[in-house]
Amino acid sequence: MATVDTAATEAAAPQRRRLVARPSTWVVWALVAAFFIFLIGILVSVLVDSFGRRWFGGWLPEEFTADWYAEAWDRFNMTHVIGVTVGVGVTVVVISVLIGVPAAYLLARRNFPGKQLITLLFLLPIIIPPITYGIPLATVMYNVGLGRTLVAVVLVNLVPSVPFVIMTMTPFIEQINPSIESAARMCGARMKDVFLRILGPLLVPGILAAAILVLVRTVGMFELTFLVSGPPTDTLVVAIYRAMTAAGGGEARSLISAMAVVYTVTMLIILIVALRFVNPTQLVARVPETRDD
Amino acid sequence: MSARSTAGLRHRLAERGIDRGLLMLLPAVAFTVALFIYPFLYGIGLTVQPTAGMQEKWGGGIWANYIAFFSDPFVFDSVWITLRLALPAALFNVLAAIPVAFKLRGKFRGKRLLTTLLVLPITLGTVLTAQGLLIFAGRQGWLNTFLVQIGVLNEPAQFVNNYLGVFLSLVISGFPFSFLLISSYLSGIDPSLEAAATTLGASWFQRFRRIILPLLAPGLATTFILTFVLAFSVFPSARLVGDPTGSTRVMALMAYRSFGEQIDYPMASTIAIMMGVVELIVIAIVMLWRTTLYRGSTGGKG
Repeated sequence: MATVDTAATEAAAPQRRRLVARPSTWVVWALVAAFFIFLIGILVSVLVDSFGRRWFGGWLPEEFTADWYAEAWDRFNMTHVIGVTVGVGVTVVVISVLIGVPAAYLLARRNFPGKQLITLLFLLPIIIPPITYGIPLATVMYNVGLGRTLVAVVLVNLVPSVPFVIMTMTPFIEQINPSIESAARMCGARMKDVFLRILGPLLVPGILAAAILVLVRTVGMFELTFLVSGPPTDTLVVAIYRAMTAAGGGEARSLISAMAVVYTVTMLIILIVALRFVNPTQLVARVPETRDD
Repeated sequence: MSARSTAGLRHRLAERGIDRGLLMLLPAVAFTVALFIYPFLYGIGLTVQPTAGMQEKWGGGIWANYIAFFSDPFVFDSVWITLRLALPAALFNVLAAIPVAFKLRGKFRGKRLLTTLLVLPITLGTVLTAQGLLIFAGRQGWLNTFLVQIGVLNEPAQFVNNYLGVFLSLVISGFPFSFLLISSYLSGIDPSLEAAATTLGASWFQRFRRIILPLLAPGLATTFILTFVLAFSVFPSARLVGDPTGSTRVMALMAYRSFGEQIDYPMASTIAIMMGVVELIVIAIVMLWRTTLYRGSTGGKG
């Protein structure tokens, strides 16, 4: 397997210089293989478990059934839970894009006193662990009577999302040639027109990428949601966690697996949509500044 | 007269970059101050308002929570437990990602598929990873069944509900992340530097040691910090695949125990704030080390 791939690589790019010597090749492939064995093992075993009945050791369960999904729907009111999850996710995406993009624009294009301080302000919620600010934030939410409400769930999820939009959009906006905007202004466009007619269309791919990442993060966000949500406002991850840790050893394992599969399918749909628009490595690479002043 | 002076002031401010356009920043700043800075300061305020029970038990007046944090071994040990988990996991993720990122740079068939598969675990989330690990690596899971059948093990080994389980879950969620970051840093290093070194007769090890590593080191430090942050705030997996009363009783669990189970908000805030402090200390040490490294252009697109 490894040799075939290496041979293919060399055939495809004969000019490429090999940096790491051959003995290391198998170490790398062993690492990747071990990683994928775990990854695929985890995914497939959850999938098999969610359809299985009486799986005590051995390779496969004794019977296969789809009952766990029906039961999960009945017991945990999955339609409601998925509705809450998607609703919270979409609300957070819309608000964080509306707040974040104008701020990212200013950080990308302008210099003003206190710019570094403001950048630090937006960086802090990303660096500080969610629990550190989540617990005081949740305390505030309970004090003002927002505990266990949807408003609180949306608000706490916005805290890391807004800075995240700003941080991913800033390099993206830096990439756009400022002379396009200058030309529009020369032709008499106001700030609103510049945003709606010039920047808007150019920013769509970036906004889409940031929005999808925020959606993935919000749907997967456990810590912050868990601190402020109650059973009627739980998102899917929190509902699964509660089912796993319920008093008395938790729910039947297969029931939880069925919920986990529903979660993965939701995530996969988002991911597949995301990868149609975004190249994963491009998200973390900073684009060089193209400013001309 | 007055009109002229305001125009002048506005003009002078605009020259320094202050004008009405800055108002676009207002929503984001107001939002961050209201939902991040204010609760954070409020939380710090809470730490010096201990409950009567805490004051009675630990003394020290308003500092009772801090005294409890530092002198109660049950609480304070969680600092070391967290570091013992997060530091090796972050280090492993960075060190394992370097050779893989190296091998997979350049073009080859199926690269996009491989990158896609590597991004997958980021979307799995800790809760699903935990459930999967419990089934796959549990005593009756496929991993143990396979290892026993090929004769590597005599009886099923304990992979989950202990330190190893949480470590594995941290690697599964953290490794793809550090791989992607290191790949992008590697792509920022100009290949002609390496080509020049080869022309001058450097072996692969010399090229790696003298050219690539110094240029990559700042990126490695950043990657380490980011994976460390991810691993440090581990909470669901510590509870689900770990040993939450023993070797994986991390700080986040202790903070939540005070918050959700004992309803002691001041003590919960104290543990939460101290968690941030410990994390920032580790980050500061890494950043300090990073300043001693080469800073500047890596010659490529980065």
